[in-house]
Amino acid sequence: MSTEHCVIIGGSHAAAQLAASLRQEGWEGQISLVGADPMAPYHRPPLSKGALNGDKSDSDLLIRPAEFYEKNNVDLVLGSRVTKIDRDAKKVILHDGAEIPYTKLALTTGARVRKIPIPGSDKDGVCYLRDLRDAHQIRKYIGAGKSAVVIGGGYIGLEAAASMRKMGMNVTVLEALPRVLARVTSPEISAFYTRIHNEEGTEIITDASIEAIEGENCVTGVKLADGKTLPADIVLIGVGVVPETELAEEAGLEIDNGIVVDEFARTSDHDIVAAGDCTNHYNPIYDRRLRLESVQNANDQAKIAAKALCGKLEAYRALPWFWSDQYDLKLQIAGFSQGFDKVVLRGDHTTGRSFAAFYYAGDKLLAVDAINRPKEFMMAKRFLAEGKTADPARVVDESADLKDLFVD
Amino acid sequence: MPVITFISHSGEATEVHVESGVNLMQAATENGVSGILGDCGGACSCATCHCYIDEAWQDKTGEPDSVEKDMLDCVLEPADNSRLSCQIMVTDELDGLVVRLPESQF
Repeated sequence: MSTEHCVIIGGSHAAAQLAASLRQEGWEGQISLVGADPMAPYHRPPLSKGALNGDKSDSDLLIRPAEFYEKNNVDLVLGSRVTKIDRDAKKVILHDGAEIPYTKLALTTGARVRKIPIPGSDKDGVCYLRDLRDAHQIRKYIGAGKSAVVIGGGYIGLEAAASMRKMGMNVTVLEALPRVLARVTSPEISAFYTRIHNEEGTEIITDASIEAIEGENCVTGVKLADGKTLPADIVLIGVGVVPETELAEEAGLEIDNGIVVDEFARTSDHDIVAAGDCTNHYNPIYDRRLRLESVQNANDQAKIAAKALCGKLEAYRALPWFWSDQYDLKLQIAGFSQGFDKVVLRGDHTTGRSFAAFYYAGDKLLAVDAINRPKEFMMAKRFLAEGKTADPARVVDESADLKDLFVD
Repeated sequence: MPVITFISHSGEATEVHVESGVNLMQAATENGVSGILGDCGGACSCATCHCYIDEAWQDKTGEPDSVEKDMLDCVLEPADNSRLSCQIMVTDELDGLVVRLPESQF
């Protein structure tokens, strides 16, 4: 019997994948997965969609059923928060004082919502959305005929707005910047999503400045700086996340916008790996360091981390990809568009609901945002990973065969 | 409980007992069948759960919708019997189904 013990801190996508991958890679020691959430790891993307409107039950969301962990001899220590990592004694200390010794440690601590100081944000009905408890909380305040104000026009905000609108609610989205999705996409995509939300009956106010959230105990509305008050039964705030790095930082590990890891997902202490939203890692396809907030990165990096713990060093080299479902729109993103200097559109974004945006830096294709264009997404995902680009003159020509677009 | 057999690219067969109402991708991942990844959790967004349905069963598993068809058009090893397993719901009718997995997910 091996005396090795891998303790995984954090209980989401990366944690579930890391535990499964450790067994696949032949880890014979003990595995403990310590998660603050009382539920075993679950899919988070549905929290702004199917889990919000009740289409999906809690158990539908589980990444793996309880039997999986039993069968693979993974101890789930749920509803427990790690308060300290003691690297000298090689143990973690839990909120109730209990201690778990480790020989290897995996940090899959993820990210937490960024909170903003708006007067009145302590009222009932003001919600954030990160975990299942948040989704349960939100469900108390939503329903047909009610009004919602969403603060933040990012993916979470827009997905939740679409879900609530589809339930028959009156929805307004407030965005502080001049356009929605400003941090993650091009003006063309922002304009497209604004049009669609408007067509579906959701109002989007950009350059919004909020004065206060109004109401006695419960929220009744949101007052804007221009004096206008928007009525609200719920205020949902989605203004981004910050990586959970405190434990790692207090343990003396290197931090720089996330837990710094090498290409094998190892932290500055090689007995400790990290994976998912909490990491800052090097991506060879883009030749830069990235901190990604995505299921793809959580899964793919967790596999690399598990290999490293089993002594199989394989460099992380994955193409980032992402998706967002809103109304009847399936947005699929292949690659990472930040740093682009040119956008080339295949299809028309000003009418209809299907086109793709190709992002370039010089001649290099960085990423493709495909809206109801699964073929463009699939081809881009494959060829970007191979370092190929696409001739802009052919991209705009819809008669050009997709398979011939991509070149070295 | 329907019994489904997954056959990996190398020919290794795994028989799993599945409750009706879950999809084939879940049936595979929940039972540790490697060769089905299901990264997007069943949202028909990633095509990492590509599989081949034995011809005798195609009537019972139904036809892919247009999004799934487009995704399948662009997978690494497409075939006439390609499907995304997250889009096939397990029913009692599928008891005995044989599902083959592509090399690219091996």
